This record gives sequence, C-alpha cells and structure tokens, in this order.
Amino acid sequence: MQPFAYQAPASVGEAVALLADPVCGARPFAGGTDLLVQMRRGLFAPEMLVDVKRIPELNRLAFDPVAGLTIGAAVSCAWLCDHPAVRQHYPGLIDAASIIGGAAIQRRATLGGNLCNAAPSGDAIPALIVLGATATLAGPHGTRTVPVAGFCIGPGRTVLRPGELLISLHVPTPAPHTGTRYLRFIPRGEMDIAVAGAGAWLALSDDGAMITNARIALAAVAPTPLWVKAAGEALVGQAPTAEAFAAAAAIAQEAARPISDVRGTAAQRRHLVGVLTRRALHGAYQRAKGEACHD
Amino acid sequence: MTSKTLVSTTINGEPVEFLCEPHQSLLECLRDVLGLTGTKEGCNDGNCGACSVLLDGQLVNSCLVLGVEIEGRAVTTVEGLADWRGLHPIQQAFLEADGFQCGFCTPGILIATKALLDREPNPTEAEIRAWLSGNLCRCTGYDKIVRAVQAAACCLNAASQEVNE
Repeated sequence: MQPFAYQAPASVGEAVALLADPVCGARPFAGGTDLLVQMRRGLFAPEMLVDVKRIPELNRLAFDPVAGLTIGAAVSCAWLCDHPAVRQHYPGLIDAASIIGGAAIQRRATLGGNLCNAAPSGDAIPALIVLGATATLAGPHGTRTVPVAGFCIGPGRTVLRPGELLISLHVPTPAPHTGTRYLRFIPRGEMDIAVAGAGAWLALSDDGAMITNARIALAAVAPTPLWVKAAGEALVGQAPTAEAFAAAAAIAQEAARPISDVRGTAAQRRHLVGVLTRRALHGAYQRAKGEACHD
Repeated sequence: MTSKTLVSTTINGEPVEFLCEPHQSLLECLRDVLGLTGTKEGCNDGNCGACSVLLDGQLVNSCLVLGVEIEGRAVTTVEGLADWRGLHPIQQAFLEADGFQCGFCTPGILIATKALLDREPNPTEAEIRAWLSGNLCRCTGYDKIVRAVQAAACCLNAASQEVNE
C-alpha cells in the first residue's frame, strides 16, 4: 500500500474539516474491509485516511419504538446482528447484514460502508431500500438527509459531495402487518459476493387478506442496486398469493439489466431474479403474518 | 515519507509499545515489527483468515486492521493461547483430532475457534462450519477441523463444570 497519513478525529466537525480540505486528499475509513483491499489493488491512493470510529454519532446504534432505528455509519454488522431490538424488529436487515463476509469481516464491516462502497452487489442496500431507509450526511455546508434508494448513482459512485461524510442510517419503525426479507444467490454457502439478490417488503391489510403496499429491490443485476417500483405497485390491492408474487417477480426480471461476468451470465442472473424475488416475497409475507420464515 | 507513530497497546496480556507507519497493517506490525510470526499472511485481502487475531476479544482479520488502530486496545494472537501449563485446550484438541496438515491456516483457525467458543460454548456443527467459513484450509477438507472444534468445546465445558462444582 502507498503510504498515507492517519487521523482519528473525535467529532463530526473535525472529520468534515479534514475530508473537505483538498490539501489533505483524505478518505473516510471505518471497517476498511473494502477500502484497504481497494487501496492494495491500487484503485485509490488517498494521502490521508480519516478513521471515523471514534466519533460518537457514528458509533450509535439505537432503537426507539416511535422514531425507529438509527445505525451510526461506523456500527459493525456483528454489532447490528447481535442487537436484540434489531433482531426482533428488523429481521430483513439481519438477513442482509449477517451475510456480508464471514465472522471476522462481520466484526469490522459496516452497513454504512456497504452503502458508500456502492457496489451493485452490496447486500445491505436492497434491504435498506425496501425498508424505506434514509441516510444522514454531514458536509462543509451542513447536514442533509437523503433516501437510500437514490444514494448510489453508479458502480462505486454515490451522491456524497466532496468533503461529505455519512453519519448514520435511519430505518423507520416497522408498522404492524409488515414484513421484510432479503435473499441472495452465491455458489458457496457463505463468504461470497451475490450473483444476484432480492429484497422484498410487504404491508398487509389488518385481516392479512390483501397487500396494501410493497417494495422490491435487487442486487447485482444493474449498475446500482435497483428499486423496481413497478413490481411493488403491481402487488397493491392483490391477495398475497403465489400467482401475485410470480407476476411481480416477472416485472422485476424485466426491469433487471444484468451483465455477464466471472460470477454469472446475464441469463442466469435474470433467472435468479425471478426465483429470489418470489422467495423474498414469500418470506416477507410470512413475517408480515408474524410467522418465522423458512425458505 | 510519513513519520512513524508510537503505538501503546496490549498484546497477549503484556503491555507493548512499537513504532509503525500508518499504512502498515496490524499483520505487518505483528510479524515484521514485533516478530510474532505465528499469525500468517495468506491472501492479504480478508478472504482466507490465516491472519485472524482477537482485537478486544473480537475476531478480526489483522490484514484489514491498521497497526495504528490498536492504540490502547488488546490483541490476542496464537502465541497468547498456550501458557506455562502447556497447550490451550483448543490446541490440544486440534493435535489429538488431527485438525491440521500443513498447519499454515491453523493459527487463524485456532483463534477463530477461541472467538466462537468464547461466544457460544455449545455450537452446532452448522454453526461451527458457518463461523469458520472465513478460514480457508486447503488440506483437511474441514471435517477434522470441525471434529477438533467439537472436542475442544467438550473439553472446555467439562473444565468449566469442574470449576463450578
């Protein structure tokens, strides 16, 4: 790795000042599980890493029954997955956070980093999109909040402006009769990058007979994680049946823009979108009914 | 050229101070600065687990931690497992169950096993296999490793029961 300077500021203000100073040539550094690997491969040569793990706002993981879940940008996947309230209220988020790397990666990798890395295959991103998550950013000109659905604008590219830092993610409190599921396909059981992934969120009527709202988002089948609005809209007003899920999955397959690469062909990915979307919808439906979900 | 940073830390229970540059990984610091060569370099990008260590008791890949990050923290490497009484029960179990062949992945797997059993004293076989998915072994086919972890869990549980009785 190229030499660089290291700073570990204790406040958002100090971090933003370093990141916004063009002389520093700085990048934020949290878990490092993507960044250090990319630096060793020569993709980036920052002159400074700003370690954000000592900033209190980025190290906050809090659930409030009204306000929802706040996930600081430096919170590790393992921390998130071990949190009782997250396990209880956000099993769809656990689906995604628990499969980002193995046990050692999990203790360093962050959901915030998964989002900022903006890989099309980032497992956390479809789950965050279907849950309606937002991201709070701090920069030299103040703080703003943006939907996660619009955060990634290309492979490795985000809406973050120069000097801007992701502070936290916010996930609304799940309403009654809603459920979320994220699934991906990989050739081995663990420790791999998604060939394709699908996240689904469903809201049911009080009697569970009708879908009142739905969101579907895909991983690794477009230049960014892809929210397929039309697939969710097609489910609204429908009964939660296998036929309705299959119709929505067909729309997701149409919307996917997969490429062929070392992980899979475009045709295989499009096929997987159909299978994974149907299964994710079924799992979200089970959870919306208050049942455990099994594939 | 960036200047060196003084890092004060605890390694295997002993206070340690060393100098490193910010771009040096914890793995490089352990092996090249401190001479603790038990921790191995395999892939150097977080896939193989040969460099696994405990950082404040948590399993991490030392190739993906910077040396400067361990200021004020505690690191356990494979050198910290055995004590004056002899091998750690996990090491003894791997020896008795033939849980290794060439041995290159073994320090990382011993550390990963310690992290697992500290957290879950009675893991299922599926939990053991999932936990060790980040530790690659190209010799054993993993079965003997899983048996060794199961034997280590039995041994540690029996020992803690004796203490409690």
